[in-house]
Amino acid sequence: MIELDETDRLILRELVEDATQSASALGRKLGLSQPATWRRVRRLYDTGVIKGQRLDLDRERLGFGVSVFLGVKLATKGRVSLEDFERAVSAIPEVQSVEHILGVFDYRLRVVARDISDFERVLRRRIMTLPGVGDVEANVLLSEERRPGPIG
Amino acid sequence: MLDDTDRRILRHYQHDPALGLTDLADAAGVTANTCARRLERLRTGGVILGNRAVIDWARLGYEVEVSLRAQLDKTNPRAFDEFTAAAREVPEVIEIQTFLGRVDLRLYVIARDMAHYQHIYRSAILTLPHITEIEALMHMARIKSDEGLPL
Repeated sequence: MIELDETDRLILRELVEDATQSASALGRKLGLSQPATWRRVRRLYDTGVIKGQRLDLDRERLGFGVSVFLGVKLATKGRVSLEDFERAVSAIPEVQSVEHILGVFDYRLRVVARDISDFERVLRRRIMTLPGVGDVEANVLLSEERRPGPIG
Repeated sequence: MLDDTDRRILRHYQHDPALGLTDLADAAGVTANTCARRLERLRTGGVILGNRAVIDWARLGYEVEVSLRAQLDKTNPRAFDEFTAAAREVPEVIEIQTFLGRVDLRLYVIARDMAHYQHIYRSAILTLPHITEIEALMHMARIKSDEGLPL
């Protein structure tokens, strides 16, 4: 486990807002020298505390008006391999994320579509035809908010 | 409106947000100048909202990830606002989503271990206002998580 001090946490919060900030700009904000800031940023990446970057796009402006979370239960457990299902579902471009969960469902999928009728097409043609799909529950996303988490 | 060049740039940028300007321009087959101009326009036009670092919470000692699906008392018009405001005060809540469907809300909660999760659940989650039903789903594995748009 990686221990962070107060300065690391401030840097981390800044990079979650904007990962493209230069070490000198970041250093100026926090009252640190450029090399000191650079070393700390490097460490966050090298130790894997920052596992990557994510481009935050306005989905609606790009024509994707609908995001739906699907809870999927597999119908024939044991007969269809989980790997087959996972491989097939991951290959669908409209499926943005696939999580294996424990609870009422087996998987949770995040699906993006242009509108509700486009979503229906994806659901019928792509999702319902996957190997082993059983019950599916859909919840349309209205809003989402990412929080800074326990680094504040 | 976006044209094919914008889409191509976005596709590559989305795939690898850590790319520098020249590498991104090369990948998208445009000059660095064009690429810079297009990115600027996409930013000011609000298409690109940000380029954010993604934290691996497990590296910071948060090994448990739970998704809590909640239903609220819809007879109270303030239920959503009050619930959300209170959930924001819980540091271990890293995402709040609202839905149209059987589930009203989803909270993404991280914890150091099961004991810590139990503690958060009892002291900070169950005390949130207006909950009528709550159900926990434990995360086992993330199979696909790039969240890329099919541009």
